[in-house]
Amino acid sequence: MSAFGAALKRELLVLWRSPAEMINPLFFFVMVISLFPLAISPKPEVLAVIAPGVLWVAALLAVMLSLDGLFRRDQESGVLELLLTAPVMAVVPVTAKLLAHWLLTGLPLVLVSPVLAHMLQLPNAVLGTVMLSLLLGTPALTIIGAIGAALTVGLNRGGILLAVLVLPLYIPVLIFGAGVIRAAAEGGAVNGILAILGALLALTASLGPLAVSAGLKISSGN
Amino acid sequence: MSDADTRLTLEQLHCERDDRVLFRGLSLTARAGEIWQITGANGAGKTTLLRILVGLHGFYDGGRHWWQPDWQRELLYLGHQPGVREELSPLENLDYACALNAQGGDAMAGLKAVGLQGFEDVPAAHLSAGQKRRIALARLWLAPKAIWVLDEPYTAIDQDGVAQLDARIQQAAEAGTLVIYTSHHQVGEGVRRLHLAKGRAEVLS
Amino acid sequence: MLGSPRYFYTFSSSVLPWLTPIALVTLLAGLVWGLGFAPSDYQQGNSYRIIFIHVPASSGALMGYMALGVAGLVAVVWRMKMAEVMLKAIAPFGAALAAISLVTGALWGKPTWGTYWQWDARMTSMLILLFMYVGVIALQNVIRDPRQAARAAGLLAMVGVINVIIVKYSVEWVQTLHQGSTLKLFGESTINPAMKYPLLISMLGLWLLYAVNVLMRARTEVMWRERRSKWVAKLVTRPEKGEQ
Repeated sequence: MSAFGAALKRELLVLWRSPAEMINPLFFFVMVISLFPLAISPKPEVLAVIAPGVLWVAALLAVMLSLDGLFRRDQESGVLELLLTAPVMAVVPVTAKLLAHWLLTGLPLVLVSPVLAHMLQLPNAVLGTVMLSLLLGTPALTIIGAIGAALTVGLNRGGILLAVLVLPLYIPVLIFGAGVIRAAAEGGAVNGILAILGALLALTASLGPLAVSAGLKISSGN
Repeated sequence: MSDADTRLTLEQLHCERDDRVLFRGLSLTARAGEIWQITGANGAGKTTLLRILVGLHGFYDGGRHWWQPDWQRELLYLGHQPGVREELSPLENLDYACALNAQGGDAMAGLKAVGLQGFEDVPAAHLSAGQKRRIALARLWLAPKAIWVLDEPYTAIDQDGVAQLDARIQQAAEAGTLVIYTSHHQVGEGVRRLHLAKGRAEVLS
Repeated sequence: MLGSPRYFYTFSSSVLPWLTPIALVTLLAGLVWGLGFAPSDYQQGNSYRIIFIHVPASSGALMGYMALGVAGLVAVVWRMKMAEVMLKAIAPFGAALAAISLVTGALWGKPTWGTYWQWDARMTSMLILLFMYVGVIALQNVIRDPRQAARAAGLLAMVGVINVIIVKYSVEWVQTLHQGSTLKLFGESTINPAMKYPLLISMLGLWLLYAVNVLMRARTEVMWRERRSKWVAKLVTRPEKGEQ
């Protein structure tokens, strides 16, 4: 099996066997979203206005929190050293890890998002755009966040520091992700904005894994 | 000096950490078939030295030269932690390590050699510290590599295991592998020894 | 050229004695001219005068982050020690300038917009720039090994520079989505030369001051890093003029 295939299989297995890490981000996503109608107002007209932002902020935080442990266990158990001393370029297993992580933590958010969007009183016609925006946006969030996770892996105080590093980097994705839903809800054109989201994903997917690998090397002492 | 057997040359290696000189002026030549034991008190810098050798630690002065540019293909490195994830079985852990390191060989036979037969599909979480270490050690019985760098390979290993590991290391060295390891345990006769203490690095034998 | 810490120290010793007064005099001249003598604006009266602080601070903060990104690239890719030192030296002053830019922007906003804060494109971008400075500084502070800290911050700054550019466009895009409410503080760049020259001079002065600050911080950092070397020991035990 190729190194990438073996690494992908391994990452999926590891996550699959620690279901809490997989499911908690999803619960977090749902719970945070259910706070807003309670805290702001359950009125449909209010919810429909804040819904795009709420969905996106909740998704962003769920992805970010799920990343705190992305490399930590591998670091503590010595797997990271194995990965960094291997003859295969570190980007290969790193990319596999990011892909697996997004498939099992990011994709579920995309899949439940129409239900939550409906609960937030967004019109049905918009639900497709909601899913599409998260489908393009959450992988970018995973990759960008992983850069922060790689730089803080040895520090044992991840959480809040990771947020300080990563949140400013999330802003463009947040703006266009929430923006496209809002545009759709107002009946505007969405294709152009989706194309921008796609471009952001392409940029992060092409450069991100390199930055993550470089970050891991720096954290290891290089 | 640089004959065909030379595998590793260190020139005036110097490393400081947290305001302390771990070692300075460390020069040596290690050849194929040699066994190098690195000793020193806790915190003397043994692990850091090994991490420098395998390219994990880059903050040092001086030179570290392996004999060929793609030396990583020929490296078998076992770190301070065994590199075993508890969610995975011994076989899955081993497969991953081998896939990354392009190391061939029969994984089952390797596990059998380290006495993990019958445990190959048990999640590593259920295994003892010694058994986890053995998962990592199983790679020593797979396809041969030209350099072994082993950080405390004897940790948590029982008496029989120690004898078996001694034999395996000597066997590999006879077949031309350069073995560098840290431990207070001496593999056997004719082992070269590097001692780290108070910022000095001495080749004792 | 400045790759060697020791050379840098000697070089900066010869530059600082004349660069520091030039920076201070330039900045002072620009500010006095701008605040005291430039004509008042026909629309905004005297309140516009805060631009003589606000605009130089904003441009300094932005340039500082770009410089961080360049230093990051050099430190991460070419592993140059002086670039690592620069990463530590550039960040604090830049963060302070971003904060000054926000405060002066808010003070200016009150008479102009009727509120201290508006989510206008420039102010929002500057806020995010401040966040990114905070990230770089926070990361440097938690990593114990100074070289590792600098390289980690360097990688973050490289990613950050790309982000700064994208943030600028995305924030502007949000503005177009919610039309109205934004009042352009300048018309189409038809600034009176009597205002432009003092502005340019204050800007130059602040940049020079920034450079002075970076050099001074870098000297301290170099000394700290090389504290066990002979040349630093010599310097500290025989603090004479003109370190050779």
